[in-house]
Amino acid sequence: MTRTVPPQADETPAEPTVAPTAALHTGTSDFRQLISRNLRQSGIYVAFVAIVALFAILTDGTSLSPGNITNIVLQYSYILVLAIGMVIVIIAGHIDLSVGSVVALTGATSAVLVIQQGLPWWVGIIAALAVGLAVGAWQGFWVAYVGIPAFIVTLAGMLLFRGLTLQVLDNISLSPFPPQYQKVASGFLNGLLGGNGYDAFTLLIGVVAVAGYAFSGFRTRLARIRYQQPVESFPLFVARVVAVGLVVMYFAWQLAHARGLPIVLIILAVLIIAYGVITNRSVFGRQVYAIGGNLSAATLSGVKVRAVNFWIFVNMGFLSAVAGVIYSSRSNGAQPAAGNMFELDAIAAAFIGGAAVTGGVGTVVGAMVGGLIMAVMSNGMQLMGVDQSIQSVVKGLVLLLAVAFDVYNKRRAGSSR
Amino acid sequence: MDDHILEMRSITKTFPGVKALEDVSLAVQRGEIHAICGENGAGKSTLMKVLSGVYPAGSYDGEIFFDGRLCTFGGIRDSEHVGIVIIHQELALVPYLSIAENIFLGNERRGAGGLIDWNKANAQAAQLLQSVGLDENPVTPVGQLGVGKQQLVEIAKALSKDVKLLILDEPTAALNDTDSEHLLGLLRQLKERGITSIMISHKLNEITAISDNVTIIRDGKTVETLSLHAGEVTADRIIRGMVGRDLESYYPERESHPGEEVLRVEDWTVKHPTQDRLVVDHASFHVRAGEVVGIAGLMGAGRTELAMSIFGRSYGRDISGRIFMHGNEVRARSVSEAIDRGIAYATEDRKKYGLNLIEDIRRNVSAAALAKLATRGWVNGNEEIKVAEDSRKSMNIKAPSVMSVVGKLSGGNQQKVVLSKWLFTDPDVLILDEPTRGIDVGAKYEIYTIINRLVAAGKAVVVISSELPELLGICDRIYTLSAGRITGEQSVREATQESLMALMTKEREPVG
Repeated sequence: MTRTVPPQADETPAEPTVAPTAALHTGTSDFRQLISRNLRQSGIYVAFVAIVALFAILTDGTSLSPGNITNIVLQYSYILVLAIGMVIVIIAGHIDLSVGSVVALTGATSAVLVIQQGLPWWVGIIAALAVGLAVGAWQGFWVAYVGIPAFIVTLAGMLLFRGLTLQVLDNISLSPFPPQYQKVASGFLNGLLGGNGYDAFTLLIGVVAVAGYAFSGFRTRLARIRYQQPVESFPLFVARVVAVGLVVMYFAWQLAHARGLPIVLIILAVLIIAYGVITNRSVFGRQVYAIGGNLSAATLSGVKVRAVNFWIFVNMGFLSAVAGVIYSSRSNGAQPAAGNMFELDAIAAAFIGGAAVTGGVGTVVGAMVGGLIMAVMSNGMQLMGVDQSIQSVVKGLVLLLAVAFDVYNKRRAGSSR
Repeated sequence: MDDHILEMRSITKTFPGVKALEDVSLAVQRGEIHAICGENGAGKSTLMKVLSGVYPAGSYDGEIFFDGRLCTFGGIRDSEHVGIVIIHQELALVPYLSIAENIFLGNERRGAGGLIDWNKANAQAAQLLQSVGLDENPVTPVGQLGVGKQQLVEIAKALSKDVKLLILDEPTAALNDTDSEHLLGLLRQLKERGITSIMISHKLNEITAISDNVTIIRDGKTVETLSLHAGEVTADRIIRGMVGRDLESYYPERESHPGEEVLRVEDWTVKHPTQDRLVVDHASFHVRAGEVVGIAGLMGAGRTELAMSIFGRSYGRDISGRIFMHGNEVRARSVSEAIDRGIAYATEDRKKYGLNLIEDIRRNVSAAALAKLATRGWVNGNEEIKVAEDSRKSMNIKAPSVMSVVGKLSGGNQQKVVLSKWLFTDPDVLILDEPTRGIDVGAKYEIYTIINRLVAAGKAVVVISSELPELLGICDRIYTLSAGRITGEQSVREATQESLMALMTKEREPVG
């Protein structure tokens, strides 16, 4: 075999080659890059701000009043909790239609134990969570180990768990819960540190949150610089922290002028942070994205696909139970029809928040913003006295447009390849 | 005498960046069986797609004359209208529909009021089945038939369309000997009825047995058309036409110092996941540290199946045989076990099986060994970036940063990401399946250089490739695979393209 001089290895790269150091510490192009890098994500934030502003104008500022902001948090918290689990399910390329029924079943379990049997309130919560985990394990088993599509498994679950709810409740509503249980959804931390008409504790938590955000952002920044990674310019970093800080403090200020810090908001915040980190930084979370992005490639990379799918559904069951506790606490009882159609709100939140129909894409924060968009719209239209039928039409159209935007984006990305 | 039913004149078809066909001409006489052969990727299928209108007129240069008339097909319906029917290698039947429904799909037998007249359809289907020698009830679902019978249904479907020119793409690739025999017999019968056939095939004995003429295509160009009537053209003569090319690809120099044996596979046997046939048949091979071993085989020889079944039983069923790493027998029953044992496998189809195209370089590189970057289940994102950044530099991946989405990279750079991913698992042996498919010459050279660097560092490398010059250029030893069996082993010094091709097309010796 003749071995000769190589030809010029001059493959044209698909994108212009930029030395990484050139982007280091430069800020001017960063902002545009920040926006354009993920239009799908940033588009959602822009849409959210626009919708908030729109309804603030349409309702003459009522939608931003302290009382109303508190209301939105209380009213939609359980949907947001469900959306956290749902976005993970959707990233892996599945769907869960049963969460509404699971909310009902877990709430009913808790109500039977606490209201009917007179057991302490915390027994009800633990039992509800246990039922949620069991439901998740059941569905995870069928999806992951038997290989039934999640659509079918959870459609069956929707009927199954609704039926079990009716059985458990014996077809009647139960109420009321003891006051401690009610506090989960309608309790506030107020006046712990005093304050004249405003709650100092809420403001303090707001300050702590902003400080924590700034600190962790700064630490990430330092680490990235240590690893010689491009970072945004320092002024831009400060601007970002200030912007987030202003929004958070405005929010805290409004809450402090209403009833204080809702307990359910604390629960929600803990879940969002925990799941944000899990999806981003844990091996499990990363395998979820890998499975959704390319199942075959993930399998051939040694990802234990079955185990990951199983735990995704166990987790969804757990979060459904958390939502079930919050909902039963908020409605101060358990009803056979509780949680009806919640799955659709949770699914809509995930998709509006940028999750891809084909899997592999989506974020917890995106799903939260998606959920809030739905919440602000529903709430705003209620304030305006828009008819329920119109509300439904508008929500349906928003969901359709959001996914159409996603599909359009993907097609454009595909053609530029 | 020269009554050509089909003439394709100087067909040129380009895809972005690749010239798939260049000035190809093909003349087929009325009533003959015309074979087309050439290596994988030579352009045979592209030519047939041009002919059948899959690539519509205007997307290629050149002229097609059918029955003496210039044809400009806008789609497959147009070519079927004049009587050209193509039967693809992957059969296009709907498994849950009956034989009759499949035969008349898109061409339904209508009765009164535009509704389908099932009695008429089934009766006609029964006639067609008889003419192809298939003894089945027309209402049987196609999925219940074996591949051989499905092939016959496809031919019956073609006959229902009043076919004049039948094109078969690798018709016997998936068939056993009896079914192949029957199919070839049927082609002869059709010929007697005046139907012209074009057959694309790798099986040279079949070509010499039934065709009148054979056209050889190489690298998108017509090499020659040989008449098989005189009986002088042998399989060897055809092989020479298929491989006799100038060496226009170049390979980096490497000194070979094979060391200890790393991987040994003994008696490896794999059954097809759904059909009752062996895809890999008692294959044994070994590879040493610092050695590049090639596996040569034509399409359907079982190369990928062999590799994937070794890699954590990712393919097939009823797998038997033994795997030894460094002389010790190991079990690799799942992909993660195989990775733990030091085996890595880079797939043939990197887009479908190798990469998460919607993710960035960083996350693709870490995908197979995420545990190495994690402590107690938490991934160190900065360390991950560093690993990806190191790969980007050492592999010369051309991308603005490791955050670039892999789907937007060129084929060569995608392949470098795949290699980076497997190198990060720190394997002892790498099985590379078609590592340079679909990438340009410059990037190929870089891939070869990377392979050389790996063996210099003491890794063992197995390369599966359809390109014989490539195997001869980079390997130390080459095994040939035909119909799932290892038919030969040659050191690169003794091997030639001709000797390999002869082994690759070697049929099972008649038993008894």
